[in-house]
Amino acid sequence: MNRAKLRQNIAFTVLGLITLLVVVPILLVLYYVIRHGWNAITWEFLTAAPRNGMKEGGIYPAIVGTVLLITGTMAFSLPLGILSAIYLVEYARDTLFTRLIKLSVVNLSGIPSIVYGLFGFTLFVVFMRMGASILAGSLTLAIMSLPVIITATKEALEAVPMVYREISLSLGATRWQTVRSCVLPYAIPGILTGTVLSLSRAAGETAPILFTVAAFYLPRLPRSMFDQVMALPYHLYVISTQVPNVPEKFSFGTGLVLIALVCLMNLVSIILRAHFRKKKQW
Amino acid sequence: MRNKFGERVIETAIRFSGFAIIAFVILIFLFLLKDSLSLFRVYSFKRFILEQKWLPISEPPTFGIVPLITGSLLVTVGAIVICVPVGVATALYIAEIAPGYLKTILKSLIEVLASIPSVVLGFIGIIWLGPFVKNTFHLSTGMCGLTSVFLLAFMALPTIISISEDALVGVPRMYKEAAYGLGATHWQTLWRIVLPAASSGIMAAVMLGIGRVIGETMVVMMVTGNAPIMPKSILQPLRTLTATIAGEMGETVSGSDHYYALFAVGLILFIITFVLNFTAEVFLRKGRR
Repeated sequence: MNRAKLRQNIAFTVLGLITLLVVVPILLVLYYVIRHGWNAITWEFLTAAPRNGMKEGGIYPAIVGTVLLITGTMAFSLPLGILSAIYLVEYARDTLFTRLIKLSVVNLSGIPSIVYGLFGFTLFVVFMRMGASILAGSLTLAIMSLPVIITATKEALEAVPMVYREISLSLGATRWQTVRSCVLPYAIPGILTGTVLSLSRAAGETAPILFTVAAFYLPRLPRSMFDQVMALPYHLYVISTQVPNVPEKFSFGTGLVLIALVCLMNLVSIILRAHFRKKKQW
Repeated sequence: MRNKFGERVIETAIRFSGFAIIAFVILIFLFLLKDSLSLFRVYSFKRFILEQKWLPISEPPTFGIVPLITGSLLVTVGAIVICVPVGVATALYIAEIAPGYLKTILKSLIEVLASIPSVVLGFIGIIWLGPFVKNTFHLSTGMCGLTSVFLLAFMALPTIISISEDALVGVPRMYKEAAYGLGATHWQTLWRIVLPAASSGIMAAVMLGIGRVIGETMVVMMVTGNAPIMPKSILQPLRTLTATIAGEMGETVSGSDHYYALFAVGLILFIITFVLNFTAEVFLRKGRR
């Protein structure tokens, strides 16, 4: 074997080993959480409120809280994200204004989650007097998830062939009619994938909800969107660092439920993508 | 006529949304600035930037950001040193070497890693990695910079891998074919042609990776030991910018100097990530050309 070939074999082996170094810890983390969390998952754990200083009972209020927050986040970020992506792809010309929007999207995607938390706190909780509430938390998470939704929607819209628009416009349709009936239907799979993905990120975030909504201990369900709620990620933080002597399996159980929720949402987005891809017509 | 009205409404909404995106960035900046200025009115900006102590509740308080920035820098540099080579190597393997089925599996695993909430990784740091680091390096506590370096490197991997992989896949096929035509092996082509051609995309990946690490809050708050002192080494407990905000916000009185100081820390973070993302965008544009 000549030297170049030998060198290639060595290099490829090293690259393969490094990849293994990345993959093994991911599997270990999943295995570790599932194995230890599994014992904690009982009917009571999933459906009861925490009791006795969170050392007993379950995590039902936190599950409900996280689901409410995801729903609220979606209600705000989905319309705004999709509309602004439509603006960027279908309406905007290459002006300074357009470039500023694109720069803002890039910048929003890089702002640390804790800074979103600070911002949500001053604007929604203090300035707009919403108090720490589901509304304030959802709005904060919604702004945070905008960049992912916009980027995904933009890519989906750009992937629709130009011919579709040209034909529609040539038949006398207005721009909005063209977007609504000839572009959006074909972009929906991409939009859904991006949306679900960004929501699953929002579901796992702790820092933005620390001061805007999350309740340390609130064993009842919220009555309105101006109530605080418990949330899974914050609850895991609380029981693993703030409250002494909570059984470890409760932390693992909470972590498992959180990972399961996030992975379930990712799975939905993968299935949606596969389902629509089969029906793609170009 | 009604149709036309509806259309005008929706088109206004579309334009408004575009405007709203810019407005959010400006609002975030202004609100951080407004509260930061309240601090700088009573506490000079120079002292905030240069003072080596962060003692927010002593009398009189000292708000020196140096130990916090040092803490953030230490863990960021540590994490980047680990995750850039590892991430780029993995991206190379996924983009160029792995067979089709393995590529799909690896990419989904990386997506799984990207979606694991940081608080879960922080918890694993407390339960497992911390004690491991403590025993391996014979430290008095495992809650130190190094533990968070490992976790942060792990968390930044998906960002680095996916953006580097995009850059590698985006290298024009012609480049490779020309190299093969001259008799280069696959590896020579990758090392001498593909990797340099993708370098600006990889630089962007590094920038975004740094942004991801420096902005991470929960992991560092849970495993660094949270000591707001000037860290001498990465094996000591330390405190980052993000963890300071998250950890102290709940205890401050609204409108106190301490409260405003935390917004000033937030403003610094905002500016750092703004610069990083802007640079990354410049690199990405250069790569596309």
